[in-house]
Amino acid sequence: MGLHIQHLLGLEGVSKDDITLILDTADSFHEVLEREIKVVPTLRGKTIVNLFYENSTRTRISFELAEKRLSASPLNFSTSTSSVNKGETLRDTIRNIEAMKIDMVVVRHCAAGVPHFLTQCTNAVIVNAGDGLHEHPTQALLDMMTIRRKLGRLEGLKVAIIGDIFHSRVARSNAWGMSTMGMDVVLCGPPTLLPQHRESIGVPVTDNLDEALEGADVVMLLRLQLERQSSGAFPSIREYRDRYGLDMDKLSSLPENVVIMHPGPINRGVELSSDVADGSNSVILEQVTNGVAVRMAVLYLLGGGENA
Amino acid sequence: MLKKPNGATIIPPDNSRIPNPLLIINGRVIDPANGIDQVMHVSIREGKIYSLLNEIPLHTAGTSIIDASGKWVVPGLMDMHVHLREPGREDKETIATGTQAAAAGGFTAVACMPNTIPALDEESKIRYVIQRAEYCPCRIYPIGAITRGLEGEELAPIGEMVKAGARGVTDDGKSVAKSNLMRNALNYSKSFNIPVMCHCEDMALSQKGHMNEGVVSTRLGVRGIPTISEEIVVARDILLAEYTGARIHIMHVSTAGSVRLIREAKKRGVRVSAETCPHYIALTDEDVGLYSTNKKMNPPLRTASDRDAVIEGLVDGTIDVISSDHAPHVPEEKDVEFDAAAFGVIGLETSVGVVMSTLVEKGILTPAQMVEKMSHVPNRILGVSGGTLSEGAVADITVIDPDAQWTVDPHFFFSKSRNTAFEGFSLRGYATCTILGGRIVYQRA
Repeated sequence: MGLHIQHLLGLEGVSKDDITLILDTADSFHEVLEREIKVVPTLRGKTIVNLFYENSTRTRISFELAEKRLSASPLNFSTSTSSVNKGETLRDTIRNIEAMKIDMVVVRHCAAGVPHFLTQCTNAVIVNAGDGLHEHPTQALLDMMTIRRKLGRLEGLKVAIIGDIFHSRVARSNAWGMSTMGMDVVLCGPPTLLPQHRESIGVPVTDNLDEALEGADVVMLLRLQLERQSSGAFPSIREYRDRYGLDMDKLSSLPENVVIMHPGPINRGVELSSDVADGSNSVILEQVTNGVAVRMAVLYLLGGGENA
Repeated sequence: MLKKPNGATIIPPDNSRIPNPLLIINGRVIDPANGIDQVMHVSIREGKIYSLLNEIPLHTAGTSIIDASGKWVVPGLMDMHVHLREPGREDKETIATGTQAAAAGGFTAVACMPNTIPALDEESKIRYVIQRAEYCPCRIYPIGAITRGLEGEELAPIGEMVKAGARGVTDDGKSVAKSNLMRNALNYSKSFNIPVMCHCEDMALSQKGHMNEGVVSTRLGVRGIPTISEEIVVARDILLAEYTGARIHIMHVSTAGSVRLIREAKKRGVRVSAETCPHYIALTDEDVGLYSTNKKMNPPLRTASDRDAVIEGLVDGTIDVISSDHAPHVPEEKDVEFDAAAFGVIGLETSVGVVMSTLVEKGILTPAQMVEKMSHVPNRILGVSGGTLSEGAVADITVIDPDAQWTVDPHFFFSKSRNTAFEGFSLRGYATCTILGGRIVYQRA
């Protein structure tokens, strides 16, 4: 039995069955990553284009590794949006790439909706690697995979996501994906970095950190774009750290086995103090490992590969 | 003659001859300026309304007869907010194609916005537009710029432009950000009895926004344009008008807050008129769907409660005019990612159908109210004499079939552009005949 979705554009509206299948498949790929030879032949002969219009070393590397370990042929296309603006349209770019006979496109773009737009331009399978403020579904999938491996289940767990919620596609994908999986998600950040219409994302939103952390099994800190300070979203890094950063002091009031997560890259000493980031509750590097496994699962399931 | 496969035909006016007598019989004549709404016959001679009659008169051979049984016969419609794009962006629209689209939509007059390239910010450019309009199937009233180059820094020569034929001024596309300059523009315009037409937007609040800020934009991950970015400038411009005593016209009202501000201002006696557009009446931000760029315009589609408030404003008279904000764009400006897509939709050829289907058919506006807001009132605001079927008036007339069912197919548009928000919509009502100065310029079976 395969996925109901043909593309991975986001997690909003993706069924529990589909998410479960991706996570189960990712678990089996995780075993492959433990082997000495970490490559399987499942996508041999498939060409996957990594179309990155926004800088992202880690997500691109993670996808590229996933593709190589599935024996697919990756093709990297990275560019800044500004140079593209002077050149051809996105439709022309994708149609030219498609004309070279490719099978899948992994896309990251600063504009929301680009993955959806690409499905109207090409017959290739589209995987969203982050679109504007909209979604970053493979990040949320790897987060759920990490929680499930750590705590053995998803249903009924409470997750607090802390930081710049408004600008975070990670927060959106997690809120929607985790809700589908029966988790309780609460979003927390300074009022200036929350959606103006707090009901928008469909999960509770608060600017009170203590309220958000109450009963949390998992705490996820988001990366703070430091330039938000100069745009007036908060007065100083110090005040942000004091109100929304997690340090040992705040951690000590949480249950002993609370799971600390971060999508990376971390601003050490801002949203997370180093001792918490490197401490025993942190699963940040496991997230990175699981990212490869989850992306292998997504590409494998959408790419119609042979059995692993 | 220009004919579309659906039979819609433009007949360019032959201004070299006096037009033949014309008789429009059996139509429901709706002329709110004269309080008429009944089946009558309209006799037209030498391009002017000769008489409105209860009996079909004897007529000479050579009189053309239009049987308007079951149809409405109304004063020629006016769209006071249109972007014709000429000069500068003739790839999007020209004065020729834009006026053809207008005639096909039932309009006998349009007011064109000055944000062309170069901007209509001096006498010679106003005169250029007026000269280009001469053989077009629709009258054009140019609107001049408030500031030179629409740059918001110094006043354009408003007096000279008015002398050349400009009927109002605006920096449409943006607000005059400096309140002191806007104050001067309002004070100065008082000498000419023209409206200062206000595009109300606080750029600091709407910067980088691409749709209404709300639940939908947050879900889609698109940066929003908040309602307050419009309302703050509506409030400012009302206060400036109140202080200076000048006359303003608030363009493309899209929010409940703007309607409330205008309603209160009118109660206080501020000289303010207002318009909204068919898309703000018929659509909401939910219609953006999955990033549909043909639902992207500025101001953006708002929520259902804003839409309802705008409709209420039309009903109670707070909003005086329905205009289209016809904004043509080439396909490559719309067939792109949502953030990169140009703002704006075309509307000349769908306005009548959308307004009739959304408001008139449902009994929200009477036919007479629709004619007031699309003909009589915009003529008054611009200080021109159209919009009535009074005896002796220039015979600009629109015949509308209120029962015609049709589906919006952009391929049949006379406009050069296709960026409609209503593609595929099933509408009821369209113009079957447009008469300009007693000459039939548009016909559709």
